[in-house]
Amino acid sequence: MIPQGFEYFAPSSVQEAVSLGERYGGDAKFLSGGHSLLPMMKLRLAAPKYVIDLGSISELAQLSRDGDKLKIGALVTHHDIETSGEIRRSCPLLAQTAAEIGDPQVRNRGTIGGSLAHADPAADYPAALLALDAEVEIEGASGSKRVGAGDFFVGLMASALQEGELLVAVHVPVLGPDTGTAYAKLRQQASGFAIAGVAAVVTRDASGKCSRLAVGVTGVGPKPFRASQVETTLVGKKLNSRNVAAACRQVASGVEVLSDLSASAEYRSAMADVFVRRAIAAAAAVPEA
Amino acid sequence: MAEKYIGQAIKRTEDPRLVSGLGHYVGDINLPDLHHVALVRSMHAHARIRQLDASRALPMPGVVGVFTGEDCKDVGSVPCASSLEGLKVPRHPVLALGKVHYLGEPIAAVVADSLYRAVDAAEALVVDYEPLPAVVDPEQAARAGSPLVHEEFSDNVAFVWSLAGGSVEQAFREADRVLKQRMVHQRLIPMAMEPRGVIARFQPGEQELTLWSSTQIPHLMRTQVAIMLGLAENRLRVIAPEVGGGFGSKLNVYGEEALLGLISMRLHKPVKWIETRRENFAGTIHGRGQVGDVEIAVKNDGRVTGVRYTVWADLGAYLQLLTPAIPTLTGLMLTGAYRIPSVRMDVKGVFTNKVATDAYRGAGRPEATYVVERVMDLVAQELNMDPVEVRRVNFPAKREFPFKTATGLVYDSGNYEAPLKRALRASGYSGWRRRQERERKKGRYLGIGVSTYVEICALGPSPAMPAGGWESATVRIEPTGRVTVLTGASPHGQGQETSFAQIAAEMLGVAMEDVLVLHGDTSIVQYGIGTFGSRATAVGGTAIYRAIEKLLKKATLLAAHLLEVPRKEVRFEAGRFVCRADPARSVSIQEVALASYTAKKLPAAFEPGLSATYFYEPSNFTFPFGAHICIVEVDRETGVIKILKYVAVDDCGRVINPLLVEGQVHGGIVQALGQAFMEEAVYDEIGQLVTGTLMDYAIPRAHDVPWMELDRTETRSPVNPLGVKGVGEAGTIGATPALVNAVVDALRPFAVRHIDMPLRPEKVWKLMRKEEQ
Repeated sequence: MIPQGFEYFAPSSVQEAVSLGERYGGDAKFLSGGHSLLPMMKLRLAAPKYVIDLGSISELAQLSRDGDKLKIGALVTHHDIETSGEIRRSCPLLAQTAAEIGDPQVRNRGTIGGSLAHADPAADYPAALLALDAEVEIEGASGSKRVGAGDFFVGLMASALQEGELLVAVHVPVLGPDTGTAYAKLRQQASGFAIAGVAAVVTRDASGKCSRLAVGVTGVGPKPFRASQVETTLVGKKLNSRNVAAACRQVASGVEVLSDLSASAEYRSAMADVFVRRAIAAAAAVPEA
Repeated sequence: MAEKYIGQAIKRTEDPRLVSGLGHYVGDINLPDLHHVALVRSMHAHARIRQLDASRALPMPGVVGVFTGEDCKDVGSVPCASSLEGLKVPRHPVLALGKVHYLGEPIAAVVADSLYRAVDAAEALVVDYEPLPAVVDPEQAARAGSPLVHEEFSDNVAFVWSLAGGSVEQAFREADRVLKQRMVHQRLIPMAMEPRGVIARFQPGEQELTLWSSTQIPHLMRTQVAIMLGLAENRLRVIAPEVGGGFGSKLNVYGEEALLGLISMRLHKPVKWIETRRENFAGTIHGRGQVGDVEIAVKNDGRVTGVRYTVWADLGAYLQLLTPAIPTLTGLMLTGAYRIPSVRMDVKGVFTNKVATDAYRGAGRPEATYVVERVMDLVAQELNMDPVEVRRVNFPAKREFPFKTATGLVYDSGNYEAPLKRALRASGYSGWRRRQERERKKGRYLGIGVSTYVEICALGPSPAMPAGGWESATVRIEPTGRVTVLTGASPHGQGQETSFAQIAAEMLGVAMEDVLVLHGDTSIVQYGIGTFGSRATAVGGTAIYRAIEKLLKKATLLAAHLLEVPRKEVRFEAGRFVCRADPARSVSIQEVALASYTAKKLPAAFEPGLSATYFYEPSNFTFPFGAHICIVEVDRETGVIKILKYVAVDDCGRVINPLLVEGQVHGGIVQALGQAFMEEAVYDEIGQLVTGTLMDYAIPRAHDVPWMELDRTETRSPVNPLGVKGVGEAGTIGATPALVNAVVDALRPFAVRHIDMPLRPEKVWKLMRKEEQ
């Protein structure tokens, strides 16, 4: 890799990292797993003057349970999330999603914080975070704050992170045994990113009716979104293949659907419907229509 | 007699060093005072260079020179070895002179004491372009009035080439039916794991230039670069160190090879250039790039009596080493594994504002096989016959070999029914046909694809090759009895250090560990042709075979002398020369070797030393063949294709090492899968390469690759004494149509007759949807 020259910092605490971020603002980039930043630097599409490597901040690599929430540090890798027993038990959707990211090399190095901060519209986690009503914890010069996933993703490659702010952790709910989850994805052949990636969380009440349904969709629009229409239609019903299939129509209506070499807007919209249905069916263990 | 080495599944002796990172590719080589070269490449497909301003780059730290087209004016044109009649050959400078003709064309070279500094300085070089209209589509480029890629020519048609055999007009007149289909062979990016790279070291005292280059043809390259630089050929040494794959993309002479040589000669410093992956996408040759209309004359019983194929070949902006020759190979193989009595192919080779096309694994032959194998399926569909039956109706019988084709070739040996039969059995063909029917009723779309290919290998007899088609070998037994094999072939991943050692050890009766195969260094190895066109074992291996025969003849003479018996009284067996009359008396080949060097007791007029060289000229090509069968399922909702089963039964003649053969077949099938389903070099209308990184250009990954069931039949070639044919390209050639045929077959309920590659999910989905609406 032959990037442009830069100055390198390896802070050992969040405070130190944040103060460096504050000092250098837009000229600086935080480096986590390096799977988004380094390719851009290699192609000289990004040329930060200062690279702040978070790798020495051990608290950012922690995964802990706090009551009914899991706190996942920004430096936790996709592989860790995919294989963590705690996550598989408490919030399997995240593990299911992580398993679909890129390839083993990417999963070994890439981190949840890096991926979210990069805000690629076809990244996988955003669908899951939306469906989980997760919160993103941000440290900045003015202190700490938490932003709901729905507010975190602002637009194409844009998040709620302000210049110099550091994403430190993600908080996701611990799910109960009444809740099923699934992540279903159509991969772009070259990059492995999502042409349509759908995370579904289905909770059923004692009578077997769907009491809560949350469906996050990534890859389709400039930012991830919830398939709210589908959720509203199906909540309160006993899910079966027929009503699930009927509900999953025109999921992307109202969304400015992306179109590129790998998938036209028409195809993406159609795939959004298919994969929303497949994700809900898998989460609810309903046979495919 | 059972063979100890030949035919055995012996692990590659190359692998321990390669998998442990101890091999040396060009990038691993370091020299004292090594300087680095970064190339400035064109951002436009077609533009005049108004100005090139290096004033900001030159004073940057560590920069020792900037070279432009003006500085290289005396360097000869990048060579094209093909000589078709009437071929327009544009001058091809190593750095652009006044105009750029494709995106990625090198414009300037910046030299600095570190790669970082070279790249920074290259970025500081300012090029002022005046963009010109670009021509991207070969069919449009061939039309009158199209913008000209080269102003010195009146149009963009570089050549027109035809091949005809049999009575085509009559076949079409007398046909029961005539079918037509347009077929596209999209441009592909060869994507060797190791990109290209060159180190040049000029030593002014010795007046010697050494080039390390990641090439498949070190000797041919030496000759050409010496000519380009006006250098005595024997003062140029070319070394192809470890080469990480080529697939034809390194069967070439590139401008960078001469350019680096020139820079080192001017600066008196060793210089290194390693291609980036982005440069590899834009600046190294592409493969395929043909669009053609095929017409088929067919009888109602399924016999194909004539094929006409009219092709536009997308040459790109310049002619690289074999650019114009590739489509001519398509013509030669257009009748495939069939008794098609008449054929005509008309090619227009067209300049476009894109990087040149040239040989890519199969090089013109996959195009031919794809056409004729699609034709067999079109005929089957038209006549409502089983595609297997159509093929059988058209096969020449075993007894018809050697078989003369309408294109003028003589297929050396063949038995096309044999691999087909095995593949049908192994795949459970008829069971799948029944299952396909059942599943269709349930809305599941299975497809069965068959391909029965023949390919032309062991390129080739010299009259058919621009620079000769023989291969050379020297086999030497050292005083300590170790065997050194110098081959003119230049293996770059095929594993011939192993298979050639197997041949030598078998014939000399020595341990394989005692044999060392050397290649790729023009100062060590006698002149050779190189590795491409599935030739190394059939031609290069035979050269070794002949050299050993020669060497044993000489050794027998000395052995008889040492044993003090007449030569005829000595037989050679398992590494020993044995007295026929008294088997207790014998002398080992190692002892004979030592005696040949110490030279104390030699027969009269016996030349000391024990080595033999043979330049082997083959009398014909070889023609491997096989049958591939593949079962796919197409997802009705997404267009995603899943391969349920893949069976390949290949016949590549005698097998030296089954592991190597399987490896070649596996890799070839994977590359075919890439072409069939995923890969396409896409240029937009202004000639920008849209698929310029691996994030956009899809190649198969491990998870895309199905389990492959391989089997073989063995029909030896009468062309060479080893009976081998070649297998390097079989997978690519055989598999591409099998995969596409399977998908088209799956989509029959949607009235699909043909789909152009790559069969990406959206394309497949659209076809199914169209029918639905």
